[in-house]
Amino acid sequence: MLIRRRSDIPSSEITPESAYINRRKFLRKGSLALAGMTLGSAGILRAVMQDGKSWKPSNPSRYNTTEDLTSYQDATTYNNYYEYGMDKEDPEAMSGSFKPQPWSVAVEGEVKKPATYRLEDLLKGETLEDRIYRLRCVEAWSMVIPWLGFPLAHLIKRFEPTSKARFVEFTTILRPEEMPGQQRRYLPFPYVEGLRMDEAMHPLTILATGLYGRSLPNQNGAPLRLVVPWKYGFKSIKSIVKIRFVQEQPTSTWMIAAPGDYGFYSNVNPDVSHTRWSQAKERRIGDFLKRKTLPFNGYADEVASLYSGMDLDKNF
Amino acid sequence: MTSPLVQRRIITAVVFAAALTPAILLAWKAAHGLLSANPIKDITEETGTWTLRFLVITLAIRPLRRLPGLARLAGYRRMMGLFAFFYGFLHFGTYVGLDQFFDLSMIIDDVMKRPFITAGVTAFALMIPLAATSTKGMIRRMGGARWKLLHRLVYASATGGVIHYLWLIKADKQRPLIYGAILAVLLGYRIWEYWKQRRTTPAR
Ligand code: HEM
Repeated sequence: MLIRRRSDIPSSEITPESAYINRRKFLRKGSLALAGMTLGSAGILRAVMQDGKSWKPSNPSRYNTTEDLTSYQDATTYNNYYEYGMDKEDPEAMSGSFKPQPWSVAVEGEVKKPATYRLEDLLKGETLEDRIYRLRCVEAWSMVIPWLGFPLAHLIKRFEPTSKARFVEFTTILRPEEMPGQQRRYLPFPYVEGLRMDEAMHPLTILATGLYGRSLPNQNGAPLRLVVPWKYGFKSIKSIVKIRFVQEQPTSTWMIAAPGDYGFYSNVNPDVSHTRWSQAKERRIGDFLKRKTLPFNGYADEVASLYSGMDLDKNF
Repeated sequence: MTSPLVQRRIITAVVFAAALTPAILLAWKAAHGLLSANPIKDITEETGTWTLRFLVITLAIRPLRRLPGLARLAGYRRMMGLFAFFYGFLHFGTYVGLDQFFDLSMIIDDVMKRPFITAGVTAFALMIPLAATSTKGMIRRMGGARWKLLHRLVYASATGGVIHYLWLIKADKQRPLIYGAILAVLLGYRIWEYWKQRRTTPAR
């Protein structure tokens, strides 16, 4: 059941997929022609025309960006999901045997209704919206992805957290037999992430069950993942099996693995650089030139107030 | 029967073509849109990997040529070294020209603040004098002993390359550690050889 709502952006303003596919193909070919020249080969530019499917959100949200979408192909074949492997193509290549159904989520800690909920029950009564968000990876690349999901706040209210609940901790499923990366143990699996209660309740924070209007592919975190668009991508934890309400700030997996590089907040911040990457710029997938990274990934108007008075250099 | 000279030339041409193949393949894939969604990163990683591979190949020739029937490998060492430089140049060029698009302030910032870039630049810088002195004329002009001493820098360059690789990986260090292990064996062999030589040749 989809409820249509008026949105600020008429869907006609969203670039049809065919147009941006051509443009990004052109950019890719252009950048690669340069590379081809460097490599001393006669990289001949072929015709850049390619068919693309046009996609329009059926239930757009008022938070949507009007920027060109990253193609479905790129969004589902270029992923960081270490549970399946270290390389960007591993999640797509290695997630074939993962079974996202049936699914249930354990809700624990400081709540009045702790229980293990079946996914169908969690989704009951929720209206899925198409949320077109920027996604900024800590590795200085970015995408624009039309998620399909609903505000996390809705669920949290249903669970009735107690006054002691100050943070929310999320855990990814641990299934080494279906997730080959988990057999390698280069990270302390299962993956854990966390949000402060006000971040979790923020209307931009959603739980996604799909993208491009279809259900989530395994490599994108099926069947249920978090999306927090103003934070680096790794905060948006995938394939969630546990939601725990706690008093103390949770310790995320990356905080354990590399404490100097990954803080609890991990808000997109062009002024705080990582050991490996300056965060001042990013390459939008499909573009040749890098663009400037915006504070809070361009969502400062919505979220900057959550952090007023905090030293964001220290609380990175 | 072809003469030994012609045979040698044919083998040299084949080795040359084989060493160039990764670059051609990469350019071809790039031109046909067969790389991933982030082609510049693919090109960076591919050229970087081949730089390290050719450095290791160059160094491996020293012990391998001692094996029966492999003495002729020594004749390809210079070519392998120059290919390491060639891929290193493409790798560095990709970073400067494609990744950073000649943004000098970003590049300087990276070199100063990102340890993995500092290590990479050091490793590449060490290759430049080696490539520049790779001609027969330069060997003659420098004199064999001094030339050999200078060219031991290739061990330092490869070490820098491995450190660069170790530092750029976020979690799984397996691949750089494999290169590191191979390099350690080769360096160990070289040091052992050095000591053996010192003991057998009397001091002057
Ligand atoms: C002897 C010199 C060098 C060697 C052997 C080398 C080798 C490598 C290797 C093996 C990789 C990783 C490939 C992979 O992940 O599959 C790499 C990545 C990279 N190298 Fe180098 N490199 C050298 C010099 C440089 C220099 C001079 C720069 C730039 C100033 C540089 C910049 C980079 C960058 C930006 C990456 C990609 C990092 C990422 O994945 O985010 N390298 N290099």
